[in-house]
Amino acid sequence: MAEANLSVPSGVSVEEIKKAKRGPSALVRVGKYMAVRVVLLAMTVVTGLYLTILIANMGGYVDNIRRGEIRETISQRTLTDPALKALAPDERVRRLEELIAQEEKRVGLDRPFVIRSFDFLANALTLNLGRASYMSSDAGSRMVRNIILERLPATLLMTGSSSLINFFLTVGIGLSLSRRYGSWLDKFVIGMSPISAIPAWFYSLFLILIFAAALGWLPYGGLVSAPPPEEPVFYALSLLEHMILPLMAWTISGFFGQVYAYRTFFLIYSSEDYVEMAKAKGLQSRDIERRYVLRPTLPNIITTFAFLLIGSWAGAPIFETVFNWPGIGRITLTAVNLYETAVIVGTTVIFSYLLAITVFLLDFFYALVDPRVKIGGEGRNA
Amino acid sequence: MNAIKRTIRDIFQYPSAAVGATIILLLIILAVIIVIAFPYQKAINLWRAGEEVWYKSPKTAQPKWVNWFRARDLPETLFLSTLDGSATKTIKPVTEDLTQVIMSFPFNYNYDYFPQELSVFFKANFNTKKPLVTLTWVSPNGEMQIANFSIRASESYRVSQDEKLTRKLSGLPPQQALFVDLNSAVLSPVKGPYELRIVGNLFEKGDTLDAEMVMYGQVSGWAGTDHLRRDLLIGLMWGLPVALSFGLIAALGTTISTMIIAAIGVWFSGWVDELIQRITEINLVLPFLSILIMIGTFYSRSLWIILGVAIALGIFGYGIKGYRAIFMQIKESPYIEAARAYGAGSWRIIFRYLLPRIIPVLVPSLVTAIPAYVFLEAGLAVLGLGDPVIPTWGKIINDANNNGALYQGQYYWILEPSVLLMLTGLAFALVGFALDRVFNPRLRGV
Repeated sequence: MAEANLSVPSGVSVEEIKKAKRGPSALVRVGKYMAVRVVLLAMTVVTGLYLTILIANMGGYVDNIRRGEIRETISQRTLTDPALKALAPDERVRRLEELIAQEEKRVGLDRPFVIRSFDFLANALTLNLGRASYMSSDAGSRMVRNIILERLPATLLMTGSSSLINFFLTVGIGLSLSRRYGSWLDKFVIGMSPISAIPAWFYSLFLILIFAAALGWLPYGGLVSAPPPEEPVFYALSLLEHMILPLMAWTISGFFGQVYAYRTFFLIYSSEDYVEMAKAKGLQSRDIERRYVLRPTLPNIITTFAFLLIGSWAGAPIFETVFNWPGIGRITLTAVNLYETAVIVGTTVIFSYLLAITVFLLDFFYALVDPRVKIGGEGRNA
Repeated sequence: MNAIKRTIRDIFQYPSAAVGATIILLLIILAVIIVIAFPYQKAINLWRAGEEVWYKSPKTAQPKWVNWFRARDLPETLFLSTLDGSATKTIKPVTEDLTQVIMSFPFNYNYDYFPQELSVFFKANFNTKKPLVTLTWVSPNGEMQIANFSIRASESYRVSQDEKLTRKLSGLPPQQALFVDLNSAVLSPVKGPYELRIVGNLFEKGDTLDAEMVMYGQVSGWAGTDHLRRDLLIGLMWGLPVALSFGLIAALGTTISTMIIAAIGVWFSGWVDELIQRITEINLVLPFLSILIMIGTFYSRSLWIILGVAIALGIFGYGIKGYRAIFMQIKESPYIEAARAYGAGSWRIIFRYLLPRIIPVLVPSLVTAIPAYVFLEAGLAVLGLGDPVIPTWGKIINDANNNGALYQGQYYWILEPSVLLMLTGLAFALVGFALDRVFNPRLRGV
């Protein structure tokens, strides 16, 4: 790039060069960059998804399980069917095979797995999630979309709210701690931060033991009390009551570690030379914080926030199991136990799309908030 | 060598790290002792054994030490046997063929609580005619016959589950009724000398009869027992080396291979780097926990397979991007250029010049990764995907949850493995945390 710039053709004015560098070529550059990014991300999603399909189908072994089940149920049915009983043995076997073939064809098992796997991939990519074979939503629907959508609110409520609360709380407190580091509060947070090495589901065990089992103040788990209250107000109250322990667990597990991380992060950025310079110039500390500390940290914070949001989509299988919380994580577990590949692939494809879109958008965010980042240029990390 | 000494001194400037390091050291020593003193196969056999091994211990009994915190003690298990001489046996020939065996199981009962269960196990040796036994209960309140039946070669008589006896004792469970004064209104055990007397009639010459009485207590062992009467101590003890080795191997495996791959990518750049970056991105799309759950459900729940998959999925994790950024800087250093100038090969530069520089960053992340993997294993076990053979802390928690330990107040069952897990996790976290501050110059003074 640098060498190319050196070879300026004679007879071209400096103005023109500048124009050429800024004008259409910038658009082309950004466009090209975007196209490359989209292609790469698409490849990533497709490969990741195909791998998931292979694993979820055990490389085709799930099909054998299905076939066995079909054979089993149809043989059972023919044994008790009086119309078939009357037939001659070999006629009956022929009829049985026919029925099995019919059923296999109905669910699509007549074609080899390799071909079917690409069908799955195409369907998943077009978000045509299909129907589940065993699972159904609580409302009785067999559509994978409904099964997932039904559980989405519970997951978003739990992981979404807890991660949002934790995020804003810890960034705020981290920032304020970085301003007065060395204080006893700062030391306290540093001292407490190793407890974040323990995951939230683990703290839940203790919390349930103390507040549900021993003291009996709060429910063991679940979304609302049974039977669910009819009045919306009481329903909401019951929901809140059930959310206390999970939120507590998230907070205990996440709070100190994150506060410590943000505090250190802000401290590192506020010890940069340009911040010292600003201080020397006599700028107000509020201005210094906003312009010289927060601004350069923004890309990192936005990244964390974005990943936090899409991370909460996937749910937390272990956490939801401990609290018996009807979220996406629990669906995944049930789906795996029932060999319900459609649901596993369904949750994965939505997650990977969200991830890809987020990664793509983040690139632009960086360029927006950080003037050092140049999209498509041979910048610092190209 | 000096650098290591200096590092250790630096670490011990943090009291929390000193505590963590001490705990880790103790845990490791303990793990080694357990593995040597209590060989794997023996532990597994005991852990997998059924009633025939564990019939002498009560079900879900609390650990012994709870008595230290109680005003009035909970009963311990009492085991009396004619085989080891703790009970007396007198043999009285009656006729040519008929022999009478009188067995006596005397004991003092000084507890304020009832035993959990009462069982008698018979071992008889006979040809065709089954021996006939009569059981008599002698308590401070008097004497009563509790049962009368013929036995097979190996017979267990669960006094607590004898419906006929229960009816006879006005509906109270026998293990309680046998200890109270049925005429008084107080429902607490009468303290004093008791005796179970068994008279056996053997109808053939040369027949033998032995019996064992187990009065199951409400406390047992130093760790209590689970629903299968197993002593939790075995599971808890063996959980330690398993947890440590799982965490250590997984953390070492992932961090070191991640580091090497990042270095290779940065050094060779071009398509190698591109490929590594793409694999990393694909790996981020894959649902990590779901895949582990699928592997556990579909293929194998073996701890070592799960370990392998966790490492494989962890290699191309987020860490690669961080290491890559650092290697990019190092690659431009003058000393690398010097190495290249004297003609060092690519691999030499990677392993001798690039990798050593990153160890300060690697060590803290390695140590903090250990608890993450320990808890991953425990988490999978809590989901019911624990290794079917090896006892782990997570599996004990899972057993406890499945058997409603929380609802029945058997808190020790969950607390013991949890506290151990927490201790291990915190110890590594404390040390890793201090290491981070020692090794990362940017954090110094911050």
